[in-house]
Amino acid sequence: MSAEKEPLFSSKNIKLLTEPLNDSNPITVQVLGICSALAVTVKVKPAFVMAISVMVVMAVSNVVISLLRKTVPPRIRIIVQLVVIAAMVILVDQVLKAFLFDISKQLSVFVGLIITNCIIMGRLEAFALSNKPWQSFLDGIGNAAGYGVILIIVAFFRELLGSGTVWGYKVIPESVYDFGYENNGLMILPPMALIVVGVIIWVQRAKNKKLVESN
Amino acid sequence: MRSYSNTYIFVFSAIMVIVVAAILSVAAKTLQPYQKKNVEINKKQNILTSINIDSDAKNAEAIYEQYIIESYTINIIGEKQEEGDAFNIDMKKELAKPIEKRNLPVFVSSLEGKNKYIIPVYGKGLWGPIWGYVSLDEDLSTVYGANFAHKGETPGLGAEIETKEFQKQFPGKQIFNEQGEFVSVNIMKGGTADPNSKYEVDGISGGTITGNGVDAMLKDCLSSYESYFKNIKEAMLETTPIDSISEPVSN
Repeated sequence: MSAEKEPLFSSKNIKLLTEPLNDSNPITVQVLGICSALAVTVKVKPAFVMAISVMVVMAVSNVVISLLRKTVPPRIRIIVQLVVIAAMVILVDQVLKAFLFDISKQLSVFVGLIITNCIIMGRLEAFALSNKPWQSFLDGIGNAAGYGVILIIVAFFRELLGSGTVWGYKVIPESVYDFGYENNGLMILPPMALIVVGVIIWVQRAKNKKLVESN
Repeated sequence: MRSYSNTYIFVFSAIMVIVVAAILSVAAKTLQPYQKKNVEINKKQNILTSINIDSDAKNAEAIYEQYIIESYTINIIGEKQEEGDAFNIDMKKELAKPIEKRNLPVFVSSLEGKNKYIIPVYGKGLWGPIWGYVSLDEDLSTVYGANFAHKGETPGLGAEIETKEFQKQFPGKQIFNEQGEFVSVNIMKGGTADPNSKYEVDGISGGTITGNGVDAMLKDCLSSYESYFKNIKEAMLETTPIDSISEPVSN
């Protein structure tokens, strides 16, 4: 047992929160969870709810698996991870249906598909199974935040350029439309999400030297 | 590395399953009343959308009471039934019954002094059920509005039946042709519908199977109401002067 207990928000722990936002962003660097990045980012509101849902599922799953890490038989660990994630997702789905019905209809099948989001299984396997609960909690929040940030950025551009609104509020004034400006219908289609993510990766790599592989 | 015995693995799995099942059951039970209320309000919103009235979750119930003046069930030969809670009819269950035993709901609304008849429809999409409401003018042929919903059709493809773009094609279409025959509204392959035809709308490109489902749903469900429509038309002919009716005499 270590003699000294690590402070809750030591620099090492803070790194768990901040690294996935940029240096090891799950979508742009680890390239996980792309599918939902396409599907729910047509408007900002569903993207935000999806990000929160993933955060809840990730944080709780990470803590549960971390608490169980010494008791889970390695032979069935993938199954156990799946059960925990699936149970959490069902809970989130039920709560959404009860209290945020309109959003749950917009997210429809994608809430259930959170189970297939590679980020969650990936972090459980790579981190929660071999780290303490508090660190796993932070790692879950950090990675979900990294995922959420990308989702909201993509959704922001897709909603702004595709519908002229942000969070449902009209942002582009009527006068611009009268000039001949039209909403970009292509932005509403899924392929544009991939292209926007590509642009984000491009910008990120241009600014963050650490990400450029040395040949 | 500690090696886990088979007994341990079994016991662990059993406990995990029981705990998870318990948590999920409790959650489902306690959340059920809220979910049921949401579904009810959503249903009222859909019925209102089929008569082109928008509402949100907060005012849907009040607006529903305001516009929907009557609701009842009929049987296959078009007779109004004494008992029958039209709102809570489970279309899936009714359609599973033999045709003589079905209770078919009808909702009546009054807009600007004219009645609109709202018919619920239910059918099969590609991945799951699809349903909706079709509202008809007093001539019981012209569509006033339509609203469709689905459980799990493909987003961007079959799921588009839920959008205003798809549904706004329906007002003005007719389900009976000039000869008085029931022809329904046909869902054509995306982009091929004749804009001048009163009996066709465009399906969704890439969502053909869902479109076929909507087509079959409209034909099957609306045809069940044929006798009822004829009864209403005859009743109207008896009570209204001839020159205020614009539809052709049916044989």
